[in-house]
Amino acid sequence: MVLQEKARPAAAPRAGVVFLRGTIQVLGELLITAGIILLLFVAWQLWWTNVESDAKQSEVIKEFAQDLGTAAPATTDDAPATPAAPEDFGPPVVGAAPGHAGTIGIMYIPRFGENYTRPIVQGTSQDVLDTLGLGHYSNTAMPGAVGNFAVAGHRQTHGAVLDNIHTLVPGDKIYVQTKDGYYVYAFRNNQIVMPSRTDVLEPVPTQPGVTPTESFLTMTSCNPRFGAEERIIAYALLDSWRPASAGPPAEIAAQVAAATGRG
Amino acid sequence: MYAWLFRHLPGPLWLRIVTSLVLVAVALVLMVQFLFPWMSEYTQFTDSTIGSVSQP
Repeated sequence: MVLQEKARPAAAPRAGVVFLRGTIQVLGELLITAGIILLLFVAWQLWWTNVESDAKQSEVIKEFAQDLGTAAPATTDDAPATPAAPEDFGPPVVGAAPGHAGTIGIMYIPRFGENYTRPIVQGTSQDVLDTLGLGHYSNTAMPGAVGNFAVAGHRQTHGAVLDNIHTLVPGDKIYVQTKDGYYVYAFRNNQIVMPSRTDVLEPVPTQPGVTPTESFLTMTSCNPRFGAEERIIAYALLDSWRPASAGPPAEIAAQVAAATGRG
Repeated sequence: MYAWLFRHLPGPLWLRIVTSLVLVAVALVLMVQFLFPWMSEYTQFTDSTIGSVSQP
């Protein structure tokens, strides 16, 4: 009897009740959909952007290697010919800056893993950093120049190019390969600053107005991981350089061969 | 809403299941291609640049 009494009004509910029920159901489904979309967005950002960027960045490296192959065909021939050459090649050659999104070179950081190779691309706008790799602050110096060669890279997502920036140990070598040669930087220290600290990009980092006498490499990334409240800055100083004709430094010869597809 | 959509899809049950799977796939592709990149511009969880020089 109780069941019957309950069932009766349900059998012929008023129009208003039907409308309200329908509205609530649609609203509920829309909210569930929004929740699923947000979860998918998180998955996309944390995982899929890495997949996409890794693929794109290997493509950029491949293209750069092809350009190297056509621009300096003598490189491979010269490399074995001068194995015991003196390690002093004079002041480093400084290349001209390419246009926006043009490839400057490849960065090798053995501390980040045996096969860590990431392209360095001109510009720090989102289109560069999100897909192409490390972005060079276009108002800073080029590799090897006296002054500050500054690059930015994602700590997480979009390839996570500088995920392990906090693991660098003073003295760690950071190699930059351009079409002119190989610039070897030695990591000096890192620093955590607020995002507004543009003085880390000065020719002498954090010392505005001072005339530089050394070549710095400055890398900026998010801090903490998975956050962007602060920036982690890694400073390195130019240690040595080798022209492209002298071949890659012995420590990264295997990685260079793997990245550029040449022996 | 989704139940209503499913009832109004044409064809037999198996075709309606296939159609809804295709619709879900299309929605996913559209989200990854357009919605998520657009959303990420407004969520600065991953900004790694310093100051205003990040402008192109």
